[in-house]
Amino acid sequence: MATGEFAGHVPHAHAAPQSFIRKWVFSLDHKVIGLQYFFLALTAVFVGMFLSLLMRIHLVWPGVSLPLIGDIKPETYLSLLTMHGTIMVFFVLTTAPQGGFGNYFLPIQIGAADMAFPVLNMLSFWVTFIAFLVLIAAFFVAGGAPLHGWTGYPPLSALQSAGPGEGLGADLWVISIALFCIGALMSALNFITTTLDMRAKGMSMMRMPLTCWAWFITAILGLLAFGVLLSAGILLLLDRNAGTSFFVPLVTVNGIMAAHKGGSPLLWQHLFWFFGHPEVYIAILPAMGLCSQLVSVFSRKPIFGYKAMVYAMLSIGILGFMVWGHHMFMSGISPYTAFAMSVMTMAIGVPSAIKTFNWIGTLWGGKIRFTPPMLFAIGFVSLFVTGGISGPFLAQPILDIPLHETFFVIAHFHLIMGVASIFGIFAATYYWFPKMFGRMMNERMARLHFWFSFVGTYAIFMPMHYTGMAALLRRYSQYTELTYMHGLAPLNKFITYAAFITIAGQFIFLFNLFWSMKRGEKASDNPWEATTLEWTTATPPPHDNFGGLTPVVYNGPYEYSVPGAPQDYLMQTDAPVKAVGH
Amino acid sequence: MHESTSTVSLGHREDGWGRELKFDSRLRRARLGLLIGLVGVLMIFISFTSAYIVRQGLPTFDPATNTLVRDWFSVRLPRLLFVNTILLLLSSAAMELARRRTLQDVQSTNDSPNSESRIQWLALTGLLGLSFLVGQWTVWRELASAGFYISTNPSSSFTYLLTGTHGAHLLGGIVALLVAVAAALLRRPIESRAILVDIAGWYWHSMAILWVYILCLLEFAR
Amino acid sequence: MGLALLLVIWLITFISTYVFLAKIWWLPTGASAAAAGIDHHFTITFILMGIVFVAAQVFLGLFVWKYREQKSSKRAHYTHGNNTLELAWTILTAVLFIGLNWASKPLWASERFDAAKIGAVQVEVTGMQFQWYFRYPGPDGKFGATKPELIDPSAGGETAVGLDPADPASKDDVVTGTMYVPVNREVEVILRAHDVIHSFFIPSMRFKQDAVPGLAIHMHFTPIVTGDYEIACAELCGLGHYKMHGMLKVVSQEEYDKWLAAREAEKQ
Repeated sequence: MATGEFAGHVPHAHAAPQSFIRKWVFSLDHKVIGLQYFFLALTAVFVGMFLSLLMRIHLVWPGVSLPLIGDIKPETYLSLLTMHGTIMVFFVLTTAPQGGFGNYFLPIQIGAADMAFPVLNMLSFWVTFIAFLVLIAAFFVAGGAPLHGWTGYPPLSALQSAGPGEGLGADLWVISIALFCIGALMSALNFITTTLDMRAKGMSMMRMPLTCWAWFITAILGLLAFGVLLSAGILLLLDRNAGTSFFVPLVTVNGIMAAHKGGSPLLWQHLFWFFGHPEVYIAILPAMGLCSQLVSVFSRKPIFGYKAMVYAMLSIGILGFMVWGHHMFMSGISPYTAFAMSVMTMAIGVPSAIKTFNWIGTLWGGKIRFTPPMLFAIGFVSLFVTGGISGPFLAQPILDIPLHETFFVIAHFHLIMGVASIFGIFAATYYWFPKMFGRMMNERMARLHFWFSFVGTYAIFMPMHYTGMAALLRRYSQYTELTYMHGLAPLNKFITYAAFITIAGQFIFLFNLFWSMKRGEKASDNPWEATTLEWTTATPPPHDNFGGLTPVVYNGPYEYSVPGAPQDYLMQTDAPVKAVGH
Repeated sequence: MHESTSTVSLGHREDGWGRELKFDSRLRRARLGLLIGLVGVLMIFISFTSAYIVRQGLPTFDPATNTLVRDWFSVRLPRLLFVNTILLLLSSAAMELARRRTLQDVQSTNDSPNSESRIQWLALTGLLGLSFLVGQWTVWRELASAGFYISTNPSSSFTYLLTGTHGAHLLGGIVALLVAVAAALLRRPIESRAILVDIAGWYWHSMAILWVYILCLLEFAR
Repeated sequence: MGLALLLVIWLITFISTYVFLAKIWWLPTGASAAAAGIDHHFTITFILMGIVFVAAQVFLGLFVWKYREQKSSKRAHYTHGNNTLELAWTILTAVLFIGLNWASKPLWASERFDAAKIGAVQVEVTGMQFQWYFRYPGPDGKFGATKPELIDPSAGGETAVGLDPADPASKDDVVTGTMYVPVNREVEVILRAHDVIHSFFIPSMRFKQDAVPGLAIHMHFTPIVTGDYEIACAELCGLGHYKMHGMLKVVSQEEYDKWLAAREAEKQ
């Protein structure tokens, strides 16, 4: 158990707030803020999932009129996919892993009492929350939500006349994203300062859990990338409303000349993807950090190659800024630039591969415990491999010619970014639920949820590789017009049925989450027998995380099964043990 | 003012390495945060700069002649812009005086007597900053009366964009000044006030440097 | 649980690999000169990446079962890693990935670095919401000027692309809604768009290129099999994106000449 040494008692630890508003609404406590982000993401993911279900239904049964929603017209379908992408990428994948779990556990894992700037932390959540409301509002204004895809390429996204939904709905979309950028920048500032300046004594950078490294690098990526997206959003807003022509050349829509000239649609793409590529790493790095954590804890083994894992994440971060052109191979950029970007893209596959080898290497020789978090961690590795394998196809521009804009791309990014990251979020929830709520989540329900999700997501996304190779294009509201696409209908049907079943399985998780908060088996302070700092403190942690004490760290974060140690795990605060025979 | 309360409590904890003075470590942390935040803000302007350079060099396809033509016509910057610049640089000087004196106050643990003069310097900074913004607004009116609106041509678009975004950020700096002044008037602890003034000061200087950069970009990269 | 994981992971891996290998669904049959090379490189990538895929999933499944905690288990094997192994698989992966990409460079170069040969059949392809138009320069070999103010999609044909009748080179320009090209000759495509970004995609020709407003993008391909080939728009362009399709008809040189002559005759 935790026999950690703590430096002396710290005076003036500020008292926990008492009123409901200060405690749960405008809280400055990173743990409450983390939960706020988590529940925002939880709401968003169910909205996003619902939108995708409507999409899948429409693709297979285009004429069907749904209760409450009615007919899904082509423009409705496009607005569904736009909002699905925007909600999932921003309000789920960039919110739960970093804003949710990062906020809650970064300070604790490095031995700090809170984030560096609690007021800024609170503000960043509320700005993000307002951004979400603004986005949802787009559904309800005249013209409805925009139909230009989450990537929002102008001129389509810049011209009100280019389609229904390109009116006020599109402006709200841009404003929402701009607000999100501001919230993300504030949050990034906090994470970086906290990691650099508030580590407890003995917690060197190279003794930090890999989750902390992941959150740190993710924050740096966010700091550098979100400003670029914000600037692109400002330019787009001006093009849409102030008559500027940053992105819009001379165009005629339906024979009517628009009041623009000289702009470059490619400029948007460059700015957007300069943000967009680091964004996908922002979405996946925290899950990678957590996977490292979990395979180590539940194999009772140190992570294989800690330093390599750190360098791999750093390389991914740096290289991530040099590959954005691979989203633009077909866009009209110079083919020389395209090839240069593709070389960098293949290069960035290398650190990801190293991480995969190391996860598998951690399992080797281990003593594996199949707890719910471990199931999702293993699932993560499998999905990451599958999603990653399709990368080298798309990374080569010559192969991107047949594959760009097809379902092959959709399979790729859903598996490696969407599903893998969601598995990370599930794993994090099952893993940290005991620490956050003092109870265990129900294991039977968790296993059922795992099988539904693991098999289900493969059933949904594996077939998309096939339809993509057969040239089924994305963002089509129906596949009735092109003859060559008709033969893919049975596979599309299969995918839709799989989606129904998989989504149904998610309600098991939802039920389990809320049921366990009240009825779950009470949890001890360290139910997983893990070594990192959050497990040295009470469950749930007190207001200042360590009850007025400051942890002092002696060990790395993955000292499991140290030969000669009394137990098969050594807390980071325990007295160090010289490994026998090492 | 709950911001001060929470930073006070954190500042009283022992930091990672060595035995630093509590105030020093708080100040260092605040400055680190500001530096990181400025990197984020910098990316916005780097982004705008790259868009500016790209747009400047971009030939546009002219369907009438089926050729590519250049359509960048530089805006002549009103002289007032340079007057505004002087105002901003002066405000930076005032800000620096306020900042240094406030830090000295911490050293001397001399709380009340001199705080009025600090407030005066802060107020002067704010006033000069405000006149800069008013001056910018006047520049906009001058451009408009000469027929250069935001949508007139790419050069004018960028002129309004860059000056406007900078102005918005400077306004944020003025808000920070107001907070610092309020903290002084409300007699908050000198350490917290010093941190506020120091951060507002460095932010202010950064905005001044950023402005000089924007001016050079608009004036020389034509 | 370990066994269940192994079985499910292996089953998913083998079933999906089988479906790939059996080519139940695959790339459409190639009908251009570039297709063979592209498809060959696709196959190489597929085989190499397939091996990595199967190996990774097999080991994952195996280890998850083999190293499950059992009553008899001793402590796990305490190790922080193996630097030699790290170096080895880093280098191997880098060589595989970058080598694979480098091997594709000649293909990419011939498709994109080099301009169309002299004497290629020129077709200007214009995308607009939600229709493709094809313009042929006619006997003078010159495309006439177009003016945006003359564009009127509702009138179709020459007016849809805004052809300027005042330009003498316009007189013999032919504008159609179907693309005809002769077989075994290089086709130079000049891609334009009027309103938003579209993308000109002919699956069988392994041809795809975005049509961007404000740009005139030159590309080329060489059809080698006669037949009818569907054209799809491959960049979201609005609510009619799904029905913005066209038809490429690859015919013999004689048929092409006859067809073009007939179109010219119609203009008189």
